[in-house]
Amino acid sequence: MNTPKKEVLLKIRGLEIQGYSDETWVDIIKGVDLTLHRGEVLGLIGESGAGKSTIGAAAMGYARDGTRISAGSIEFDGMELTTASESERRALRGSRIAYVAQSAAASFNPAHKIIDQHTEAPVHYRIQKRMEAQEDAMELYERLRLPNPGEIGFRYPHQVSGGQLQRAMTAMAMSCRPDLIIFDEPTTALDVTTQIEVLAAIRDIVDQFNTAAIYITHDLAVVAQMADTIKVLLRGNEVEEAPTEEMLENPQEDYTKSLWAVRSFQRPQKSRPTDGSKPVISVKNVDAAYTGGAKVLDDVSFDIYEGMTVAVVGESGSGKSTTARVITGLLPPMKGEVLHRGEPLPPKYTDRTKDQLRQAQMIYQMADTALNPKVRISEIIGRPAQFYSGLKGAALKNRVDELLDLIELDPSKFYNRFPPELSGGQKQRIGIARALAAEPEFIICDEVTSALDQLVAEGILKLLDRLQNELNLAYMFITHDLATVRSIADEVVVMQHGRVVEHGPKDEMFKPPHHPYTDLLLSSVPEMDPNWLTTLLEERGVDNVGEAAKVG
Amino acid sequence: MAFVVGYYALLVIASCAAAYFNQRKLFLMLFSLTLVSFVLGIVGGVPALRAVTIFAGLLAFAGAVSYAFREFLIAMSGEELAKELRTAPLTAAFGMFVIFTYAIAGIFAPWIAPYGEAEIISTAFAPADENMLLGADQLGRDMFSRIIYGARNTVGLALTATVSAFVIGATAGLLAATKGGWFDQFMGRVADVIMSIPSLIFALLMLSIFGPEIHVIIIAVAIIYAPRVFRLTRAVAGNVVVMDYIEAARLRGEGTGYLIRREILPNSTAPLVAEFGLEFCFVFLLIAGLSFLGLGIQPPTADWGSMVRENATLISFGDITPLIPAAAIALLTVAVNFVVDWMLFRSSGLKEQ
Repeated sequence: MNTPKKEVLLKIRGLEIQGYSDETWVDIIKGVDLTLHRGEVLGLIGESGAGKSTIGAAAMGYARDGTRISAGSIEFDGMELTTASESERRALRGSRIAYVAQSAAASFNPAHKIIDQHTEAPVHYRIQKRMEAQEDAMELYERLRLPNPGEIGFRYPHQVSGGQLQRAMTAMAMSCRPDLIIFDEPTTALDVTTQIEVLAAIRDIVDQFNTAAIYITHDLAVVAQMADTIKVLLRGNEVEEAPTEEMLENPQEDYTKSLWAVRSFQRPQKSRPTDGSKPVISVKNVDAAYTGGAKVLDDVSFDIYEGMTVAVVGESGSGKSTTARVITGLLPPMKGEVLHRGEPLPPKYTDRTKDQLRQAQMIYQMADTALNPKVRISEIIGRPAQFYSGLKGAALKNRVDELLDLIELDPSKFYNRFPPELSGGQKQRIGIARALAAEPEFIICDEVTSALDQLVAEGILKLLDRLQNELNLAYMFITHDLATVRSIADEVVVMQHGRVVEHGPKDEMFKPPHHPYTDLLLSSVPEMDPNWLTTLLEERGVDNVGEAAKVG
Repeated sequence: MAFVVGYYALLVIASCAAAYFNQRKLFLMLFSLTLVSFVLGIVGGVPALRAVTIFAGLLAFAGAVSYAFREFLIAMSGEELAKELRTAPLTAAFGMFVIFTYAIAGIFAPWIAPYGEAEIISTAFAPADENMLLGADQLGRDMFSRIIYGARNTVGLALTATVSAFVIGATAGLLAATKGGWFDQFMGRVADVIMSIPSLIFALLMLSIFGPEIHVIIIAVAIIYAPRVFRLTRAVAGNVVVMDYIEAARLRGEGTGYLIRREILPNSTAPLVAEFGLEFCFVFLLIAGLSFLGLGIQPPTADWGSMVRENATLISFGDITPLIPAAAIALLTVAVNFVVDWMLFRSSGLKEQ
């Protein structure tokens, strides 16, 4: 890591980028400098809207639609990109600068085989003949530890898993042996267990070919594993830049310190009530399947007591959200039942009474699709209050104001606005207010913080915690993020392939001995220590990560 | 002679000015017009150049009217609407102006038209004079008055028929998307059956069975066009019902009526309004076509479609009278399409480019 500084590959000076909105040009990037040497990995971190991806695109001399590079210089290997012609810049892309996008599934053309897309660039640039390129691709697949490297390229993108596809995309970026690769949040959409194999593969290949890379992410622990240098961005300005270890140990700016501190939020753990009261919701031996499909849930049982938070964790496809659908009545179970304070709830939501519906509310992951964009905030929040409690006129308005106060938004400012005018965190708060308006006992939080920036997510978690204490709510917290579990949960339910593999109070769950799957999940969460990945890979052995890991 | 000299002088000066002020597109347009005019002048002589001048003048006039009308609308409307209107291109403003004019003509027809629609005031095919702006038709009725009344009858009928088609189609589409299951399947198959019958033949059949009454026309046209609206509405609403906010409303226990009215409809209005404009044109043309065949609006009620047919003989004498109602139909169709284009542009993501 501490190699002496080598030849400068990319030099960006005073970069300013503007975006067109509301009929005027607005500054997005306000004068950023960046220097990248050959073989060096630079981590760009910041919240959404900080301009990370815009800078990444600019490093290729590219301004996205609706944006323009208004000032500054971008010098790549002695060539000025801002004044270069479009065809000159195009000749660089793919051959000398490559790009790996966040969603590999959306970036591959589903109509062509992976290897056909892989060989397109080297054949186009006449670097390799088609057959040579194909053999080279297989070699790269092998280095990236993809299973069946000789065969996997001849599949279509939908026939391989998300983590494999992301590695195939990295291989594709490598196909012309570029000098610089831009990774734009390559692991954000993946599960923790899959994330590790992609991280390990990317790091290996960047080392092996001595490629320089810009690694864009919002996850500090990930960037700590990957980067030699970290640059922190805030609203288009540079906050600070330092070598990784220095940055982690001794951040200079307040903003960076606040980013580092996010993961420290923790609240005291509560235990089950001992007065013999029935659990608010209890799921009993539930089996469920979607029409005509295989079983998604297999004998799932757990209880949620008053005033407690039960976190349900597991990879995508483990049945977390399906359990929520069974509890709300959207998916009637094949076997088993859901009890509310000892009383069985009708399996279909259409058969439940208004009061039963009121007791279980939901907060969704994507606040964008959870709030109707054409309905005013006052009605979004007011409607449940009107619907369940029959409030009207002034009483209804008072209730909405009260709810807005509860979620720490100023009623006078937000009462008449529409959801698209709000920020992500504000939208999520409105979603919480809508659930609270029904005055429920129990709220299902489905990945409520995973689409939010860390600082905003922390605010939401604190808010949920405060509301729980004030209103004595029970939460079922669906998440794949174990850091969130650590900070907010009282009990943890670990799910895998539709089964509950482990279940118990949080302090016991985070202490060994674990179920092997829980252990895999826990050890896969990136830590801030820059040597974490190396140590982990040594412990597990390179072939025993992610999907390949043997789980007993 | 002076006209020709002035014509070329003006063009050359205008192109030089455009070039001087760096208006590249304008300059290219003006200068190529100058070059084309050389050829036109040699082949067609002064009349050809005069035609070009008149055409350019009309275009400029229409542009000026549209611009002024848009500014008028912006000045008259509230803040939010004004902001939307500012994004309207001149073509859309022109379309709105034409629709506005037709609406005025239709609503105030008895006061604007100098004579009644069935009133015989002159001899057959009398030429235009100081009493009759556009001359007389085959029975000696005032052509201008009949055009004005035609706006009321033809456009009114088309509007009623389109609205009925929309009420039927949109209601069925929204219900099908919200309810799903067998109801969705059933409505879809019904729509398929109706769409499999050629529209004009279906209309002719209905009209010859039940007689060419106004309400029969409206019902027949509504039935023909409702399935198209149904399909569009169902597709648009289908994209909305899968959203989490619909799930939240369902879990709250809301009924179908509330779901459609408050949650789905506000999110599907833009494509529906655009579709309304398009369908209106088709309905309008279908009714004009039926009238032309003699099965639409019955005489002596003025109607643009039948006016074309009744005066068709005049065309062989080189008179443009039968083309006037045809032009009225064409102008409205073009105008509505201009407005619809703008709305489609707004509702799609194209404006981001």
